[in-house]
Amino acid sequence: MRGRDVAARLGFVFVTAVLAALFALPTLWLLTAPFNARATLETAWPQPPTLSNFRQVLANHDAVTGLLNSALQATGSMLLTTAVAALAAYALSRARIPGARVFTALLLMFSSVIGGTVAMVPIYNIILKMGLIDTQLGVILVMSGGLLPTAIFLLLDFVNGLPRSYEESAAVCGARPWQYLPQVIVPLIRPGLMVVGVWAFVGVWGSFLTPYILLRSNRNLPASVQAYQFYNDNGQPVLTLVSAYSFLYVLPVLLLYLWVNWKYGFRFFGGIKG
Amino acid sequence: MSAAAEPTPGPRPARPPALLGVPLGVGFLLPALALVTLFLLVPFAWIVAVSFTNQSLLGGQAQFVGLANYARMFDQATWLPGGMGYSLVITGVFVLGSLAGQVGLGLLLALLFFRRRGVWREVVFTLVTLCWILPDVPIAFGWLSFLDRDFGLLNAVLGALHLGRPDWTLDHPLTAIILFNIWRGTAFSMLLFSAALEGIPPSYLEVASVSGARFTQQLRDIILPSIQAQLLSALVLITIWTFNTFGPFLITGGGPLNKTDIVAIHTYRVAFKFGDWGLGTSIAMVVMLLNLVLTGAYLLASRRGARDARA
Repeated sequence: MRGRDVAARLGFVFVTAVLAALFALPTLWLLTAPFNARATLETAWPQPPTLSNFRQVLANHDAVTGLLNSALQATGSMLLTTAVAALAAYALSRARIPGARVFTALLLMFSSVIGGTVAMVPIYNIILKMGLIDTQLGVILVMSGGLLPTAIFLLLDFVNGLPRSYEESAAVCGARPWQYLPQVIVPLIRPGLMVVGVWAFVGVWGSFLTPYILLRSNRNLPASVQAYQFYNDNGQPVLTLVSAYSFLYVLPVLLLYLWVNWKYGFRFFGGIKG
Repeated sequence: MSAAAEPTPGPRPARPPALLGVPLGVGFLLPALALVTLFLLVPFAWIVAVSFTNQSLLGGQAQFVGLANYARMFDQATWLPGGMGYSLVITGVFVLGSLAGQVGLGLLLALLFFRRRGVWREVVFTLVTLCWILPDVPIAFGWLSFLDRDFGLLNAVLGALHLGRPDWTLDHPLTAIILFNIWRGTAFSMLLFSAALEGIPPSYLEVASVSGARFTQQLRDIILPSIQAQLLSALVLITIWTFNTFGPFLITGGGPLNKTDIVAIHTYRVAFKFGDWGLGTSIAMVVMLLNLVLTGAYLLASRRGARDARA
């Protein structure tokens, strides 16, 4: 029996190690090439490791602007989505608006069906008519519109979980109904706001298609699109710069994930993707 | 979802007064309504309307053309590379391959780490989850290096095992983007299934072990029926996400020779490269209808499954 236990243990370690390797291998190049002054497509230990690629990337004006634009678009969409979703979730939870529940369910289904490229054709047209082509605001509005149904759905769980007695005691102390949300509810649903905020930030930070279609000029493009300017005259990517830029672009999401995982534990909130 | 709110027998208690008046509630909803209307509902209506016209990217007067776009989409050349029918077939293979891989690997990982805690589980779960949440573009560059014929790590490993060194993006592009999509999305089913497995009462499996049931029997009779609902949600969501994903564009650009022309890339090409918005929106309509039909079929199946489980 002991022999079988050892064999099972070894089998488990072997199978999980192979699976872990399968998931790790495609990212290794992103870890080695940025520190290699003569990086090729080969995954090789840099000899010697250097920071010169980063120096070159950071000296490139458009590249740095790209990272700042990503930060601006992600932060803007995060704030707008979280604020608008908090207002809506509170209203849906506490006011008796006929048909509200059906409406939320329909929106959620709608938003998953009208995803991706399908919606970009009319959205391009709407943003064009609003005069917001090639503006950061255009990207922020479109991204927020797409994120909202899920954001509302996630926050609704948190607001519904709060007993009404919090607001009732606030009312006894003389609070007006419009003060409940900012002064009573927001502090209580802060974990939910964090989840939605981080989720929105990561989603917009990584987005490629929307900014690719709505933006034109170099000073507005986010890092995801700017990464494609590191190509030489033959149309080949300059791997040293592409890898270093990718590294800088991945870093915020990586740190954010590790922080959330450490603080809250990354798992499913209410059974739906968090 | 709403099935939980079953009416309780007996006299209902008086409902407490609403905390928020309807006018204030509607006021709170207005910003969300405005954004959702503008960027979800209007685009939907627009797609429906424009799919019956010959609108183009260059503007000009659009004319009503009836079902001409839909006929053009499925013309004689439709099953040749670059046609809509061809694209649908490729997308079908892409979705089925991704589904099998993501659900299979996700279930395997969830089962391997079932009731295990510790550093190794944290390491593997974090690794798989990062493959899911890191941005598309750097991940795509990583994969271009990984798949490279001469220098790529995949061929280095395969070569060391004497399994050949194929040119992935040139000779097996569809396999390459299916592998990429499986790698990208497995975390979702892994996290979903491990959460579901935690919900199985330990006594079920203990009784089964004591009475001598082998693992495959436990899997078939206890584990899979217990996570049936999550399996169905995974199938629905992965199908819709895979149908709409644009990520493979960053690896193959739809080529070579349209071999990876999945519908998201096909739509992009027709609408933005060729500027043919009438045809682009009618493709979008077909994709939306397919998504709706798939979702509806899965939801029906899940309701039937729930009813059978109760009976």
